[in-house]
Formats: sequence, structure tokens, C-alpha cells
Amino acid sequence: MLSQDLNTILPEIVISLYAMGALLAAVYTVKDKAGPLLVWLTSGLFVAVAFWIGTTGEGATEAFSGMFQDDAFSRFAKVAILLSAAAVLLMSQEYMQKRDLLRFEYPLLIALAVVGMMMMVSAGDLMALYMGLELQSLALYVVASLRRDSVKSTEAGLKYFVLGALSSGLLLYGASLTYGFAGTTTFAGIIEATEDGVSLGLLFGLVFLSAGFAFKVSAAPFHMWTPDVYEGSPTPVTAFFATAPKIAAMALFARVVHDAFGNSISDWQQIVAFLSVVSMFLGAIAAIGQRDIKRLMAYSSIAHMGFALMGLAAGTAFGVQAMLVYLGIYVAMNIGTFAFILSMEKDGMPVTDIHALQMYSKREPLKAVAMLVLLFSLAGVPPMLGFFGKLYVLQAAYGAGLAWLAVAGVIASVIGAFYYLRIVYFMYFGEERDEALDTGSSPVLWAFLVGSAAVMVVGVVNLFGIEPLAEAASLALVN
Amino acid sequence: MEDFLREYLPIVIFLGLAIVLGVVLILAAVVLAVRNPDPEKVSAYECGFNAFDDARMKFDVRFYLVSILFIIFDLEIAFLFPWAVAFGDLSMTGFWSMMIFLAVLTVGFAYEWKKGALDWE
Repeated sequence: MLSQDLNTILPEIVISLYAMGALLAAVYTVKDKAGPLLVWLTSGLFVAVAFWIGTTGEGATEAFSGMFQDDAFSRFAKVAILLSAAAVLLMSQEYMQKRDLLRFEYPLLIALAVVGMMMMVSAGDLMALYMGLELQSLALYVVASLRRDSVKSTEAGLKYFVLGALSSGLLLYGASLTYGFAGTTTFAGIIEATEDGVSLGLLFGLVFLSAGFAFKVSAAPFHMWTPDVYEGSPTPVTAFFATAPKIAAMALFARVVHDAFGNSISDWQQIVAFLSVVSMFLGAIAAIGQRDIKRLMAYSSIAHMGFALMGLAAGTAFGVQAMLVYLGIYVAMNIGTFAFILSMEKDGMPVTDIHALQMYSKREPLKAVAMLVLLFSLAGVPPMLGFFGKLYVLQAAYGAGLAWLAVAGVIASVIGAFYYLRIVYFMYFGEERDEALDTGSSPVLWAFLVGSAAVMVVGVVNLFGIEPLAEAASLALVN
Repeated sequence: MEDFLREYLPIVIFLGLAIVLGVVLILAAVVLAVRNPDPEKVSAYECGFNAFDDARMKFDVRFYLVSILFIIFDLEIAFLFPWAVAFGDLSMTGFWSMMIFLAVLTVGFAYEWKKGALDWE
């Protein structure tokens, strides 16, 4: 029995052992000189494990008496997390090395954060959930303040830590209320206890849990940490924050509301729909005044989480499928956009002011076109993949009788299009300036930028076949 | 369900007592205390001489590091005690789980040692 359990969690064990082994090997030998090698090794391991999980996993297995769930849903999320983490690690190497930030702990902390995320998406119990969440968060607090001599970076780390601790507190309070009124911490037990309605105490537990998750996915009104943390962290870390942890937190949210509270959809549907509509509008309106592209991307991610939550708010299997497809597209767009942001520099110093992009198209026509495609996709302009992600969640919301939410989503996305298109305007019709950005960038960043833009255009043919996978994943979760 | 909730009665009484006692003690100071301020009374007191420093001084961050390390190993002991007490009744799974926990902890300890977190200079 135990060997079966261990076999189920083998991917997590492999990455943990790798992280610990590499930590010791590096600290006893060449220390920070091992940084670039470890970045490549870690991303290679992520891709290998993603391939392993994606090809060999089948059916649904439980481990440790239901504490750990391995099903199509968790595998979909894990593959997405591993691949996006590998991509962001590869993008970050040159930037970190140039600024002397590439300590050997960086790739290993990312590896540990990824183990935490894999644990989160597989959790079948409130305690396993919390363990995964903390493993992920503690590693992320440290990488946020990786640039120790910068006030902004340490401020970002501290803010993230304090607000993260607050959200963990809310989540734990909700978990203890849920345990108190359901009498068990397993999701299977909670769903049994709610078969004939949710008691008032459990309702409070559900609300507190939802507030904690909303913090983690940075949905309004629990979003305040996002812009400051995104702005202060080193840009590669920001790119990481905007991708893998979002998938993990959304998947965890979906798992808890469906696996543990699947009997009381109408109760949490209101909460999720509220979070969704507030996030979409806040993200769309608050980003208009931003000149710093990292802050702008922070608000953009808040708005995008609003759309992903719209899929979850539908409360149906199709809604979960729409959410997964949306998250996949969102991550693919963000990787390309951050590859572009990482390549924005002047005389070797990173630049984040969007006015620096004036008439960028004259100097770097190909990169400007790639960024144009990505920005159109982020805004949800029809021929690009981003539009189909939005279409999916709107269909899900409409199909579940939430027509008002779908209409609100359309309005918010029209408002939000303004700030994406303004960057396009600067790049193509802005005024010529002297302080131009450096031209040329590393081949890795260039490849990710152009590759991501190509995906946005080519993907409209069949979305690279993620639809059936997302459907299988959603059916594994909702039944 | 009612019986089930009755199990939580002690904690409700405890919480009520804690809140009432806390509020009473704070309000008692406002209502009953004799207030007769004097410059000497309200100034900071340091034994034997006039206060010459601000209480809000910077601490060396290494104190913080040492205290964190202390807490980690303190908690480890708190975790080991119940395990050691029940050692005779434990299965091999229980034994090896703790060994794995200690091995992970040792990895962290070896890292911080080699990294120089234990050196003061």
C-alpha cells in the first residue's frame, strides 16, 4: 500500500530530491558559479517530468488515504505549471547573470515552489492543501526579494510576505471552521457532510477559504499586493509570478469548490461571480494610468484572473474546461510578453517606462510586430488566440445562466483594450525620441517572444489540441 | 449535529471569558487609575543614569538569523518528543518517516553551515 502511495507521488519526490541534492552539491563546490548550469538542469528536469506526467498518467488514483489526488485535472495543471516554469527559468538566465543576481539558490527555490504547486493542484485534504500552498509561498517570498540591495525588491518581498501571511491566516481560519462543522478535513468527507445543505458555520468556512484563495490568485478586492510586488521584484521573478503560481492557485480554487463544496454550487457561485466582475473592471480601469509596464502587467493579470474566474463561476464542467483553456492561453501570452519586457534595456540597464517604446517599430520591426500580436491577443482582438480564450469563458458563463456576467466581461474587455492598444500606438505612431532602447536581444528571449506570438496566430486552427485535454480534466473534477 | 456542536461549548466559554477579562482590565485602568502626570514620571527610565539612547535602535540582522535557526531546531525537538515517547508502538513507516524528516533537516543545516550563516564575522 505504502509503495503504491509513494509511486503516485514519485514526480514530486524526484524534484524534491533533485533540489536538495543540487543545493548540497553547489554549496560544497563552486557556489554561485553553478547558477547557469542549474538553471538549465532545472528547466530540463521540469520538461522531462512534464513529459513523464503527460504521457504515462492515466485514470484517477488516490494516495495517503485521499490526501493526494492524481487525476486528469491535476495532471493537466501540473504539465502547464512545469512547462511554464521551465520557460520562465530559461528566459531569466541572461538577465539575472548580467545583473549579478544569478545565485545558485534561484533555480532551486523555483524547483521547490513548483513542488509546492504540484502538491496544491493534487490536494485532496485541507492539510495537504495548506502544506503545498506554504511550500510554494515561502519559496516565492524569498525570490521576490532576490535583489537584496534594492529597496524596492526588499519592499516587494516584505509586502508579499506580510500580506501572504494574512491570507494564509484567513485561509486557515476558514479551514478550521470547515473542519469544526464538517468534522473532517478530507474533501470527500466535506462533500458528504454537505449532502443536505450547508450549515451556517460551513458557509463561513467557505467564505474565508474563498477570501484566502482570492488573495493567492490576486483577484480584486484582495489584489493590493500585486502591483507593488510585480514592480519591485526582479523582472524574471515577476514573469514567474504571472504564470505558474496563477495556474496552481486557480486549479486549487477549482478543486476545493468542486471537490469539497460541489453540493452547494449556488453558495460559492455568488462569491466567485463577484470576484470575477470586480477583478475584470478593476484590472481594466486601474491600468489606464500606469506608465510602468510591470505595474501595467500586474493590473492586466488581475483582469485576466477575473476572466478565468468567470469560467469557474459557471459551476459546470464546461466552465472548468473554459477556465483551463483560458489559463493555458493566458500563460502562453504572458511568457512572450515578459520575454519582450526582459529585452527592454537602454545602455544595459532595464527600462520599464512604456514611453521608451515610442516609434519602436522603426528600429526593431520584427519584435514590434510580435509584441503587437501579443498585445492584441491580451486585449482579446478576434483573429488572435486571446479572443478564443475569452469566447470560451463567455460561452460558459452564458450557458450557466449568468448572462449579466458575460455582458460585464465584454464591457470590461473593451475598456481594458485601451491600455494595450496605447502601447501599440506608441510603437507605431508615437513621436521620435532620442533616448531610444538598445536594439538586439539574446536569442533565447527572441525565440520565446516570436514563438509565443506565432502560437497566438497559428493556435487559432485547433488550439494545439488542448481542448480535449481540458475537457477530460474538467470531467475528472466535476461529475 | 447539536451534540456535535456541544463539544465546542468549552472553547466558546473560554473565548467569552478571554474577551470579557481583556476588556475589563483595559477599561479598569481608564476608570479607576489616579492620573497625576509629572515630567519625571513619564520620561523613560534607565537604571542609575539618564536615558541616553532611543529605544528604536537598529539591530544587527544576524540576531534575527540566529533566532530563526533556534526556532527551527526548537520545533524539531518538539516534534521528536511525542515520537520518542511512542517509539515502542511505532511501525517501520513511522520510524522511517522521522528519519526522512531528519535527513531533510540535515540538508538544510549543512547548507546554512557551508553558506556561513553560523559564522558571526
